[in-house]
Amino acid sequence: MILFFTSHSKLFDQLAINALLALSLSVCLQAGQLALAQAAFMGIAAYIGAILAVSAGLPLLPCILIGALGSTLAAMLLALPVRGLRGVFLAIATIGFGEILRIVANNLKLTGGGEGLSQIPADANTFVIYGALVVVAIALFFLSRTKFALAIALTREDETAARGVGVDTAGVRFWTLALGGAIAGIAGVLYAHSNFFITPADFGFGRMEQILVACVIGGSTSALGAVVGSIVLTLLPETIRFLADYREVTNGAILLAVVLFAPQGISGLWRGRRSL
Amino acid sequence: MSGLELAGVTVRYGGVTAVRDVSLAVEPGAVLGLIGPNGAGKTSIINAVTGIVGIDTGTIALDGKRIDGIPPHRIARSGIARTYQNIRLFGALDVRTNVGAGAFTQKSRLDDRALRAILARVDLADVDLDAQAAAISYGDQRRLEIARALAAEPTVILLDEPAAGMNPVETARLTGIIRTLAASGIGMLLIEHDMTLVRAACDAVVVLNFGEVIARGTPAAIAVDPLVVEAYLGTDAQSA
Repeated sequence: MILFFTSHSKLFDQLAINALLALSLSVCLQAGQLALAQAAFMGIAAYIGAILAVSAGLPLLPCILIGALGSTLAAMLLALPVRGLRGVFLAIATIGFGEILRIVANNLKLTGGGEGLSQIPADANTFVIYGALVVVAIALFFLSRTKFALAIALTREDETAARGVGVDTAGVRFWTLALGGAIAGIAGVLYAHSNFFITPADFGFGRMEQILVACVIGGSTSALGAVVGSIVLTLLPETIRFLADYREVTNGAILLAVVLFAPQGISGLWRGRRSL
Repeated sequence: MSGLELAGVTVRYGGVTAVRDVSLAVEPGAVLGLIGPNGAGKTSIINAVTGIVGIDTGTIALDGKRIDGIPPHRIARSGIARTYQNIRLFGALDVRTNVGAGAFTQKSRLDDRALRAILARVDLADVDLDAQAAAISYGDQRRLEIARALAAEPTVILLDEPAAGMNPVETARLTGIIRTLAASGIGMLLIEHDMTLVRAACDAVVVLNFGEVIARGTPAAIAVDPLVVEAYLGTDAQSA
């Protein structure tokens, strides 16, 4: 068991980081926002955390805090111009935001251009990463018991009707995007500090697509579903080795299958069974 | 004064004037009917009161306090609840959450007993609280929407065609519900095409045509008003 754990510790770390990313998108999806800038938020925090560690020699915890603060502020700034956008239009605008950042990072000296940044201290070990996941999960659990969680669900189900019962839906949309940015930021710093080097390509559309597919597989309105989805998606190429080279193809096939046969995702199947 | 009061309200969408200089008052415990042909501006008035559309001139006040110009969610908190022409329940959520959502602005959450008490006021005492709102029957959904409005403990409820799609038995039941709610002191603005319901439920009626008030009075007086007959049936029908 211990041997299995040490030889697969990289995979364990990946599982938790991907789970964090899925949670960060899940928060937005639960409010009905198809906002696809999670990979960009992750990248912003990853670069902040990496630069602070490499040039200023800051330890991990302040890197996480400052990095996540940076990605949260970025999410808040993005929330303002896109506040009038819904559905696929919001998706397009937020993907565009991510692509702009990726191209900027590709050409900026500060970020090391396309070569990226290396020499990042690998101080985010498995315990730190899972500690962060537990902290975020507990925070989201307590959030789910507040009135704000009800406001999120009502905003998703019908924004007009939600406003009609007194929900500040603009506030819900703003704060869920900000919270998503914060969680993605934590994941980003952990990613940078467990990978030795990062490049802009790590935070492009491919990453975003991974996060989205994880949430769709798990069920877009369930935080637990998002985590389960990300686990499935992370383990699949590992367990079925011959599929590893066809990651994008299998992701697409899984996405199609879920949309066609289980539109509510894994969590929807589970709920459906219980109510039978 | 108490209740809802619109004075000289005009709503324009670009170059189109949907509501022109409309004044009306909904007093506590009274049911005011708002009728008129399609496109007369009835729903625009409800949307203006709830803040979904802005008004260009005039004032809207609840219990003497101006509510025009403030955002919809804050108007909802001031004591105005509504139902929608096309039912807008939180369809994927259960009945319990839907009624509970109506009390969103209240300090404490409603327990099941409180929920049942509210549902009983709209003849839905026996509904399954765990049922998905979109899965219950159409007539029940209409009344569930009224229950959600009641959960906000409003002073005024705006009902946008609550009997649409209902059969005569359900409509008669709805008439009784509206009168009972009025007796409990709630003021209601009722948009409706079903004249049987309007006659039985309303204390007074305001008739709109092309955004303007063309008549007002008791339901019986309205039904024989030549201007109203013309607006609904055209001039030929009047001379025939």
